[in-house]
Amino acid sequence: MQRQNMLARKIARHVLTVAATVLLGGFLSATLLRLAPGFDVDEEQLDPRLNSESVQALRQERLEQHNIFRFYFHSLQRAAHGDLGTSISLGQPVSTLLRERAPLTLRLVGIGLLLSWAVAMALALSAAWLRITAYDALTTAISGTFLCIPAAVLALLSVLWNVPGALAVGLIVFPRVYRYSRNLLAKAYSLPHIITARAKGLSELRILFWHVVPVAGPQLLAVAGVSVSIAVGAAIPVEALCGLAGVGQLAWQAALARDLPLLMNITILVTLVTLLANSGADVIGHMLRGQEA
Amino acid sequence: MRFWRILACVVLLSVVSVSLAANWLAPAGYAKQYREAAGAPPSHEHWLGTDEIGRDRFARVLYGTRISLLLAPAAALLSTLMAALVGGLAGYLGGAWSRGAMAVTDLFLSLPWLFLLITVRALMPLNVSPLVSVLVTFLMLGLLGWTSAARVLCSTAGSLRESDFVRQARASGIPGVRLFWVHVLPNLKPVLYAQFWISIPAFILSEANLGILGLGVAEPMPSWGSLLKELEGLVSVGEEPWKFVPLILLVVVVTSFQFVLSKQDEVAA
Repeated sequence: MQRQNMLARKIARHVLTVAATVLLGGFLSATLLRLAPGFDVDEEQLDPRLNSESVQALRQERLEQHNIFRFYFHSLQRAAHGDLGTSISLGQPVSTLLRERAPLTLRLVGIGLLLSWAVAMALALSAAWLRITAYDALTTAISGTFLCIPAAVLALLSVLWNVPGALAVGLIVFPRVYRYSRNLLAKAYSLPHIITARAKGLSELRILFWHVVPVAGPQLLAVAGVSVSIAVGAAIPVEALCGLAGVGQLAWQAALARDLPLLMNITILVTLVTLLANSGADVIGHMLRGQEA
Repeated sequence: MRFWRILACVVLLSVVSVSLAANWLAPAGYAKQYREAAGAPPSHEHWLGTDEIGRDRFARVLYGTRISLLLAPAAALLSTLMAALVGGLAGYLGGAWSRGAMAVTDLFLSLPWLFLLITVRALMPLNVSPLVSVLVTFLMLGLLGWTSAARVLCSTAGSLRESDFVRQARASGIPGVRLFWVHVLPNLKPVLYAQFWISIPAFILSEANLGILGLGVAEPMPSWGSLLKELEGLVSVGEEPWKFVPLILLVVVVTSFQFVLSKQDEVAA
């Protein structure tokens, strides 16, 4: 009962943190958007077909947005009703654009994460099991090489080699995951009770699932949460350079066109996704630790 | 490991020295066009060939390396100073200061790094002179890249605040500002050094990513990012292998930093 209460408190704290961060992030985005050079300039006002009343109305509309707090409050009010505004560069509602493009990004990020974790865990586990210096150096060198190549170059190479974008995302995420998981597993395998279990002749699989996973599991879950953020970041160059119409490409196009309302909404969405991933990983880790206790 | 670390230092010093000698090695400059030799393959006159508008690629690689390798440490210095100021002070003051500073840090860290960079870059005018674009790009890296370092510094300063010698100094009546400058900050030095060196390769890679995405240093100014953008026009990997020279150089430099940093990582952890 006490454990359940603690878990409920932890979940409530995470929900509050996510809500506060998103609200604060939204306010900061709105402030930056309001203060960005060129905010007051509206090309529509220069349209010779508009009469003076229309130009005056446009100016009045801009004046109302001068107060940052009012501007943010109105944006928030609209967002609560599902109206995220209209993209300046694409002329479409932001919510429609996000709805159309999110599935591709989710698929890309999901498959990329699965690939990166499969490769990273296979290499990290084999390095921890084998404990051969040369093999460890080789796997570290492979991951280190990928770590030294810019994500955008990996995306370009995936286009040149005609490989799917998800593989590029996987290769961008893999070295970061490998680095942490290898260290965690190596540390777990060097614990006295695991060395004893090995000496007593327990099978490697039994050692892995009965002794190593409970020790390294919660920390690996935290790495999983962080890897979501890395994968979402990797989606920008991959989608932009591979010509995939996802949210990453949309963010890139919005940045190039200085479509700030669109960019602000994408920023808040991405913040929400990464925060939820990290909070989810933390809560699951807490549950696992609780079960273990 | 020691051998590899020394080799990495030698490689880094060589690359920096050669890039600093760009004015002598390529006196024509990075913007001079050889219109009769546009898109030429490597030759005696142009060691790495020319780009599609006839500029000598070797000269551009030299000048681009100089820009990236001089400004990335400058941005790293700025971010380290900011991290020391925000993280160090917050950790030293503790309580609400520490919680507030870490909440802001968490806010920055909750957004993927590249996402944060392109968002902030988009808030600034894109049509700026090449020199301004260089300054904007690296200033932005410096001003946004302090968050993870601030976290480490906050926790280090927090533990220093509770240490015996700081308590003793406080009990002796040393004022807070002096305590921070004389007793806390010098003890943060190893972490600051580590964070500074760790930031350099991270900023080099970030600039390269921004450059390839067209949000970095503007033409005709070369940087590793703008030089790598040339790879976009390739049809196959084996087609014009000399175009990969900037990439190879970047990978060699970042790898060398990783070797040099293998010791610093332990300090930062």
